[in-house]
Amino acid sequence: MKACRKSFTETLLELAKKDDQIVAVTTDARGSVTLGDFAKELPAQFVECGIAEQDAVGIAAGLAHSGKKTFVCGPACFYVARSLEQVKVDLAYSKNPAKILGVSGGVAYGALGATHHSLHDIAVLRCFPGMNICLPCDARQTEKLVKFLVDFPEPAYVRVGRAAVPDVYEDDNFTFEIGKAYTLLEGNDLTIIGAGETVYHCLEAGKQLAAKGIHARVLDMSWIKPCDEEAVRKAAAETGKIITVEEHSKFGGLGAMVCEILSENPVPVRILGIPDENAVHGTNKEIFHHYGLDAEGIVKAAENF
Amino acid sequence: MQTKELTISAEKNRKRLMEVVYNAKAGHIGGDLSCLNVLTALYAEVMNISPALKDSPLRDRFILSKGHCVESLYVVLESKGFLKPEVLDTLGQFDSILSGHPTIDVEGIEVNSGALGHGLSIGVGMAIAAKMNKESWRTFVLMGDGEQGEGSIYEAAMAGNQYKLDNLVAIIDRNHLQISGNTEDVMAINDITARWGAFGWDVVTMNGDDMQSIVDTFANIDYTNGKPHLIISETTKGKGVSFMENIASWHHGVPTEEQYLQAVKEIEERIATLEA
Repeated sequence: MKACRKSFTETLLELAKKDDQIVAVTTDARGSVTLGDFAKELPAQFVECGIAEQDAVGIAAGLAHSGKKTFVCGPACFYVARSLEQVKVDLAYSKNPAKILGVSGGVAYGALGATHHSLHDIAVLRCFPGMNICLPCDARQTEKLVKFLVDFPEPAYVRVGRAAVPDVYEDDNFTFEIGKAYTLLEGNDLTIIGAGETVYHCLEAGKQLAAKGIHARVLDMSWIKPCDEEAVRKAAAETGKIITVEEHSKFGGLGAMVCEILSENPVPVRILGIPDENAVHGTNKEIFHHYGLDAEGIVKAAENF
Repeated sequence: MQTKELTISAEKNRKRLMEVVYNAKAGHIGGDLSCLNVLTALYAEVMNISPALKDSPLRDRFILSKGHCVESLYVVLESKGFLKPEVLDTLGQFDSILSGHPTIDVEGIEVNSGALGHGLSIGVGMAIAAKMNKESWRTFVLMGDGEQGEGSIYEAAMAGNQYKLDNLVAIIDRNHLQISGNTEDVMAINDITARWGAFGWDVVTMNGDDMQSIVDTFANIDYTNGKPHLIISETTKGKGVSFMENIASWHHGVPTEEQYLQAVKEIEERIATLEA
C-alpha cells in the first residue's frame, strides 16, 4: 500500500538527481504533492509559483518549450478548472510537452467539498487535441508512468488520489505501454472496466463474482487518452455487457467514452460514477461506498445487470 | 541598421500590412498598425533571431501575447524571410495555414496565442529556463493595453520579480483604445509605471510611434540589473493611416477599395520622402 503521489514524486526525484533538465513546478503545494524532498534536495530544479495555477501552467509551458522536462504539480481540482485555458492553449494547442500531476483528484479531498473535487477532468481534457490522460491505479504503475513521461514529447495530464492505495500490481513484472488497457482477470460473462483508484475495486469485485460463479473480465483502463479502443470492442464482442467504474461524473468520462467506442456495435453498458450532483461529504472511502464504486457496489451492479 | 532605414522598413511593412488585410478581408488593423514599429525594430535590430537561428537554443524568443495583431507579425516575419509571400497571400482563404492568431505552424512563431493574458507567464518560464542554463538569450513579450485587464498577467508579474528575470522584456502597446473604446473608460489601468513598479519591475516609457525612441530604449536596457523590464510603448491606434488613427472602430475593420488606395498613397508618400 502506498499513495500514488508519493510514488510519483519519489520516482521523479530519483530521476531528477541524474538529469538536471527535469524541473518540478508547483503552486504552494509542495506539501500536498509530497515535493518537499525535491525542493530541498534540488532547489535549482524546483520552481515555486505561489498560489497561481494559471501562471504555473504558463511557466511550465515556457520551461518545456525551452527543453526542460517539466512537471507542474498541484491539486487536480485547480489545474483542470482555474488554469484550464492555459492547459488548452499553452500546453495542448501549442504542443508544449509539460506534464501536469493533479494530486488529490476525484473525491480524494472528500469532505472539503465540491471546490476541491475534480470530477470533470476526463470529460474536459479528452476534448483537447494533443492532450494525453492517464489515471494510474497503484504505486508501481505510477512509477512506470513517471519513467515513461520524462522523455515523452507531448503534454500529459496525470490524476492521482491522496491516500495510500492497495497494490493492483504485486511486483514489477508487468508492462505499461501508452494507450494500452490491461486484462487483470479473464472472463467472458461480462467486463468490468476501471481507471485510477477504481481499478482495485473492479479487481476485488471480479474476484468476489468469480467465487459466485460469475466470470468477469476486468480491464485496467488507466490510459484514458489515447484509449485502447480495440480492448473495449473485443470485450464487448466476447463478453456481451460492460460495467464501467469511475471516480468522475457519469457525464463525459470513462463510461461515456466506452459508449462512444461501441456506438455502432453496441452492447449494454452500465456506468457507475458520480451522478449529476455535488458529491456527498465524507471520506473518499465513504463516498465510493455511497455511490457504489467499491467492490460491494460493483458486485451488486453486476448481479443485477 | 540606421534609424532612418528602420523607419523605411516599418513603412514598407505598413504598406504590405494594408495589402494583406485588404485581400484577406479581415484583421485587427488598428492594433496591427500601433505595434508595427516595435515589431519591425525587434526583428530587424533588437533580437538575435533569423531563419538560420530558428532552432538554435540560444536564439532570443518573442511572444505576441496580443495575438489578434498577428497580421503585423506575419508581415514582419515575411520581411525577415520566415514566411514566403505566396503563403502570406493565402491569409483569409479556406484551409490556409495562417490563422487569425499566431500558431506554431508558421516558422518563427514560438507559441500559439490569442487568448489574452497568457504570454507573460510563458515568457517567465522561458526566462527561468535561460537562467537555469546560465544562457544569455532573452525573451520579449508584447502585450496590449486592453489586455492588462487579464488577472493572470499579474501572477506572471509577481513571478518575474521573484525570479529576478532581467532577461525578460515585456512591452505594452499603449494605444489607449480597446474594442469598446478608451481603455480608461472600459476598465481604467491608471498609472502603469506605478503599478508595474510596485510589482518590482524596471519600467520605462518610450514613444512607440518614433523609431529613434524605440531604438534608444532597447539599447539602454540593463540586462544585468536583477529586475524584469517593462516598456510602455506609447502609440497611436491605426498609426500611419490618417483616417484610422485613434478611432476605436478600426480595432478590427477592413478598408474599402477607396480607403485602401488612400492608405497606400499616404504610406508611399512617406517612403518617397524618407528615401529622397
